[in-house]
Amino acid sequence: MATRTTYETGLEKFNRTSKAVDILFNLNFIILALLCVIPVIVVLSISLSSENSIRETGYHLFPVALSGEAYAFVVQQGTMILRAFGVSALVTVAGTVIGVLLTTTMGYALSRPSYKLRGFLTWVVFIPMIFNGGLVSSYFINTNLLGLKDSVWALILPLAVSSFNVIICKTFFKSTIPDGLVESAEIDGASQQRIFFSIILPISLPVIATIGLFLCFSYWNDWFQSMLYIDNQNLYSLQALLNSLMSNVDALAKNAASMGVSYAVLVATMPKESARMAVAIIIVLPVAFAYPFFQKYFISGLTIGAVKG
Amino acid sequence: MSMATERRNKRKRSQFRWRKQDTELTLLALPTTIWYLLFCFLPMFGIIIAFKNFKISGGFLSNVFNSPWVGFKNFEFLFTSNDAWIIIRNTIGYNIIFIVLGIVLPVLFAIMIGLLHNRKASKIYQTMMFLPYFLSWVVVSAVGWAFLSFDKGILNQMLASAGSDPVNWYMEPAYWPYFLILLHVWKGLGYGMVIYLATITSLDSTYYEAAVIDGASIWQQTRYITLPMLKLVIVMLFILAVGRIFYTDFGLFYQVTRDSNSLFNVSTTIDVMVYKQLKSATLGMAASAAFVQSVLGCATILAANWIVRKIDPDSAMM
Repeated sequence: MATRTTYETGLEKFNRTSKAVDILFNLNFIILALLCVIPVIVVLSISLSSENSIRETGYHLFPVALSGEAYAFVVQQGTMILRAFGVSALVTVAGTVIGVLLTTTMGYALSRPSYKLRGFLTWVVFIPMIFNGGLVSSYFINTNLLGLKDSVWALILPLAVSSFNVIICKTFFKSTIPDGLVESAEIDGASQQRIFFSIILPISLPVIATIGLFLCFSYWNDWFQSMLYIDNQNLYSLQALLNSLMSNVDALAKNAASMGVSYAVLVATMPKESARMAVAIIIVLPVAFAYPFFQKYFISGLTIGAVKG
Repeated sequence: MSMATERRNKRKRSQFRWRKQDTELTLLALPTTIWYLLFCFLPMFGIIIAFKNFKISGGFLSNVFNSPWVGFKNFEFLFTSNDAWIIIRNTIGYNIIFIVLGIVLPVLFAIMIGLLHNRKASKIYQTMMFLPYFLSWVVVSAVGWAFLSFDKGILNQMLASAGSDPVNWYMEPAYWPYFLILLHVWKGLGYGMVIYLATITSLDSTYYEAAVIDGASIWQQTRYITLPMLKLVIVMLFILAVGRIFYTDFGLFYQVTRDSNSLFNVSTTIDVMVYKQLKSATLGMAASAAFVQSVLGCATILAANWIVRKIDPDSAMM
């Protein structure tokens, strides 16, 4: 990474683009960066607008009349949103833990050169990368055979392992863990389970962080599994909730209606437009704050994957 | 039997002897192996439902065994329907455009951002441009709605202030190829740029040092060192992308268009079609389309990989 910054002394001074070109490039990137961020700011601004101003003047880049009513509604009446937040958080945490365990154990087994089933398991991991049964038969196996319809496991299990991650793990173990370390532990009589959990995992934090992050973001951002398998609204994640609110925002009043206010009144008075965008912001905010710190791990994982498919 | 072969046989036997470690490693890999069996390999055998008259209700296994074989009838329906041509055109057409833009733009911007004087600014741009990659298509659909909504959307307000009539965007297929391409580029640009930038910064710095000593300008360095060194990565990523030409990003084509029927001709790809047929319970067609996608997808991936191995064995998957 730092190869080109090492000689940042006299040479670097004249070995670069002219001032005018640099300004032009900077302008270009300022525009691109703003284009990437402004759409999210628009959503934020809608969620902070008063319902009346939206009804009268529509959406704006900056709120016409600032108001926190959407978030007040979420806090007071939003049992549905809170539950969806709970489902999203549970699925993200459980899925990441399960996924990391399944991925690293397989990666470790594949990285042991003397393991007898290594060839066989390599094929088990590799074949799904080139051939899959397709959506329809996966759907039927998962619903009719495994009974995952309307189960929280439908949101967790199908996404837990990807061959791509297993191969990243295997490559990492193979290239960073010295054979002698494992062999000396074997001679000392340690079982493979013991070696894996007390020696390998503690010194493999970089790869665990990379894979954990991949999984974390993909679970938090997943809506497709919900769309396929979840009909019960109590099991909606935030993504699934936002998805259903995009076509029918009145649904937000359904659960809140039981809390002393009648459904009709609530539908008429609640801040529909801004509440919908507030849900989007609740989804985006944790991600937007987290990813700048973890970008480094993401890029290292992505470049392993991109260069070594 | 000579001594040598006997010794060799003995060594072979000890190499194939099952040890305690093998049992332990197998136990360790067992949960993941079961996962692969259930979620990857069982569905592979499930593709036979493409050749059957399959019913939703009842147990899966009894259905698979009891439903009558219909041979290629499901496929006949698939390929004789008027939509088949549109769907294949959309799938391959969008993918070709995405592959070309997915190489040209990220490479261009990666080179540009690598030349910026101020490295701190470059980091900030990268982080900002990476944001769309972390948004789900459901959120992007909400973002799209904020701009394209007929009565409240920002785009129509801009049209109104320019004195034009508002457009019902979700009913007008003519604009959507541009919207879809724009959104695809928007979501993936930062990610692609960062990948190529990582490749550029990892290039051997001695090439550049030698070039500087020979008096090469920064442009000559880009033209004669950076681009040629990127060529291999570009070719690899290009071929691997071509290998996935029958797969599309379902979220882009289904969520962002809000599944609008008016946009059918410009937004339906194989994945969208399979999902819709599955949900409307016209299983024969869904299963046969999924089957075609899997088989063609497998063939293109294998072909792509074969080419990659011809060019650079280290980059091949196998």
